Amino acid sequence: MTLALETVGLERRFGGIVATSNVSLKVEKGARHALIGPNGAGKTTIINLLTGVLRPTAGRVLLDGEDITSLKAHARVKRGIARTFQINQLFGDLTPLETIGLAVSERMGAGSDFWRIAGSKSEVVDEVVRILNQFRLADVMDERTSILPYGKQRLLEIALAIACKPRVLLLDEPAAGVPEHERHDILAAVSALPKDVTVLLIEHDMDLVFSFADRISVLVNGALFVEGKPDEVARDPRVKAVYLGEDADV
Amino acid sequence: MLTILFDGIAYGMLLFVLACGLAVTLGLMNFVNLAHGAFAMAGGYITVTLVNRLGVPFLLSLPLAFLASAAIGLVFERTLYVHLYRKPHLDQVLFTIGLVFMAVAALDYVMGSSQVYVQLPEYLRGRFDVFGVGVGRYRLLIIVVCGLLTIALQLILSKTRFGARLRAAVDDERVARGMGINVNRVFALTFAFGSGLAGLGGALGVEMLGLDPTFPLKFMIYFLIVVTVGGTSSITGPFFASLLLGIGDVAGKYYVPTLGAFVIYTIMIVVLLWRPQGLFARSAAR
Amino acid sequence: MNSPVKTKSVTASDVSGLFAARARWHPLEIIFWLAAFSTIFLLPSKHLILTEIAILALFALSLDLILGYAGIISLGHAAFFGFGAYVAGLLGKNGIITEPLLALIVSGLATSVLGFVTSFLVLRGSDLTRLMVTLGIALMLRELANRYRDITGGADGLQGIVVDPVFGMFRFDIFGHTAFYYSLGVLFVLFLIARRIVNSPFGLSLRAVKANPLRASAISISVDGRLVAIYTLAAAYAGIAGALLTQTQAFASLAYFDFDRSADLLLVLIIGGTGYLYGGLIGAVVFKVLHDYLSILTPQYWLFWMGLLLVLIVLVGRERITGWTTPLRDLASRLDWRARSKKS
Repeated sequence: MTLALETVGLERRFGGIVATSNVSLKVEKGARHALIGPNGAGKTTIINLLTGVLRPTAGRVLLDGEDITSLKAHARVKRGIARTFQINQLFGDLTPLETIGLAVSERMGAGSDFWRIAGSKSEVVDEVVRILNQFRLADVMDERTSILPYGKQRLLEIALAIACKPRVLLLDEPAAGVPEHERHDILAAVSALPKDVTVLLIEHDMDLVFSFADRISVLVNGALFVEGKPDEVARDPRVKAVYLGEDADV
Repeated sequence: MLTILFDGIAYGMLLFVLACGLAVTLGLMNFVNLAHGAFAMAGGYITVTLVNRLGVPFLLSLPLAFLASAAIGLVFERTLYVHLYRKPHLDQVLFTIGLVFMAVAALDYVMGSSQVYVQLPEYLRGRFDVFGVGVGRYRLLIIVVCGLLTIALQLILSKTRFGARLRAAVDDERVARGMGINVNRVFALTFAFGSGLAGLGGALGVEMLGLDPTFPLKFMIYFLIVVTVGGTSSITGPFFASLLLGIGDVAGKYYVPTLGAFVIYTIMIVVLLWRPQGLFARSAAR
Repeated sequence: MNSPVKTKSVTASDVSGLFAARARWHPLEIIFWLAAFSTIFLLPSKHLILTEIAILALFALSLDLILGYAGIISLGHAAFFGFGAYVAGLLGKNGIITEPLLALIVSGLATSVLGFVTSFLVLRGSDLTRLMVTLGIALMLRELANRYRDITGGADGLQGIVVDPVFGMFRFDIFGHTAFYYSLGVLFVLFLIARRIVNSPFGLSLRAVKANPLRASAISISVDGRLVAIYTLAAAYAGIAGALLTQTQAFASLAYFDFDRSADLLLVLIIGGTGYLYGGLIGAVVFKVLHDYLSILTPQYWLFWMGLLLVLIVLVGRERITGWTTPLRDLASRLDWRARSKKS
């Protein structure tokens, strides 16, 4: 199998604290890979390292075998790696329409066009329509993002990452904080992600992890602890020990 | 050469006393107070009035300038500034510029627009030679006073209970509140103290920097350089930044008079390109 | 997607309709510009001050581009104004370019180069660093102009500037008629360009960068690139405003670089409100009228009133102060097309 995403000896220190320690992660093309671990294990740090928000102290990040360690965050997205955020990072004053339009324009190379009126390119418009419908954001596309229900904002988080048309998608706790009645939409959106997109999922919700993932890595104290198929990981006594008292779902 | 170094150090230490209050308030509440120089100016005018009009001895006028400026600072903090901590930086900038303009115009009205001088006592005038190095008496006084103040500040911050609370509040305001520290009170006291120091610096600086109603505008850039280059996480950063700035400015004006003030701007730009977070800032500066 | 809840779906025409509506001219905008141009005939005796208002409006428009659309606070926007003013002055004085429009364009381009170079300093660090850098650059340029007095005239200012008639036909007269037509025309054209730019994908991305730079970079927007671009553009606008002042006054002075001028400008923009382009224009009118009134009252202490105004605006709240412009803000397209879409 070919690897979509790989890290080699990734390490990140904050002062004296090692947040990520010698992580060599391999994510296969088309995989549904989950990264789990107790609170404070350093999962979000890894996402930040993968996407260029943070620079590693040591180690490399490879996307489709290409070294992207020195690329800035926005350049990595252009190479095909996009993410969602654990805590919504949206543009409060913009509408979902504008938000998605922005990401699609950017991907289609029209983002720095300063002379054409936004939304006058038909390819952009068609793609925006497709994404708004796919994520069922059409009915709120014209509202300010900051006043949308939380579940809709969560959907917009994912839709925005998809609008970048990534080959590798990093989902940072997509269902976190979503009320029960809006959960279904999120789960449906996650399971309907295109098959050719490689997904790395960070999640606390074990139901979601085990229904979704075909491969699981467990992170403890910044280091990779166990990796394997879901049933292997679920049976592993060491994982149980780590999670004992941490998370009742395992 | 050594004389220049000596003058530069005196100048730098004076800048530090002037600006360190700003560094602390910035670090503590992330509050941009461009009116800091106005408190220094207040101290300067208080000393001038006390000494020239009322015949108060110069050395006695210094603590009075400190106390008066601190009192003014406290009043402003409690009545006005306290409303601005949660507002965006833009509001803080607009508000404090407004205060500066009002102070400048008001002092112009009361004291006149021309530069004022303070009558120094005889024993503080002139220079004497130490191993061939010309030492200005007044500059020596500045170094001694500011040096003692710096040591005292460092001790207060590191050894006293108040210092510990202050550092806790700077590090993480919410945690500090959670630990039962009255952050508002800590801040009011710190602000008053910082204003007092600025006033003291202003009083000491009348002779060296000159004083007229536009003082807060003229020295705004110096204060900003001290806090950005030095960082706001400790007082040692601003201290070294002040020294660097003082020595650089004095040496620049002496050796390359044609370039004049450009030396400090060059220092500013070089530091910024080299260490965008400030020369002495921690990597996780706020 | 299967789902228990029915949601409506959109078509391409809905979406492009909404996008197009964002950029449509609102009747209030048309009224605004008609009123502006009507002063040509209605207030011929006020053309001198109206020229100053038009130039200040252009300068404030420039600040709005970086403050309102990119969130950069500048304490030294006068640097670009002064630089443009001196470039235009030197071009005219030394007879290099005496054709006003060409000189204006050259001054704008030269200032944009300065903006581009300095933008890399402004990108770095926090609001505080930006305050220091912008202030420092303005002071530095003032010092430069002061020092090289054989070129710039130093503290006496730049005098003896030659400016040809506009289009070779309209001479600058002492009543300021030509100056006003010229300034208003330049303001209008540059406004149209700015309006077009803020409604483009680029303009939209600026708002995204201002709102959330972290997310903006996560959808592959180059945050630094956008800031450099808008800062450069804003510098050009400020430079052209400065050049306009030089050409209409046949004079340039060190005061153009002053901190007061940068601070005035912040006040102008705050009076009118940021982020919808008209704020600087409206603010310039209010500011100048106020300035004239208060200067007559107490010529020396204008600074005091300005300070008081700033303090009061912040204490009362900027939103509430600029609340009176809300109907005008709406014209910035948002509520207008939203209202329309709700009806449909």
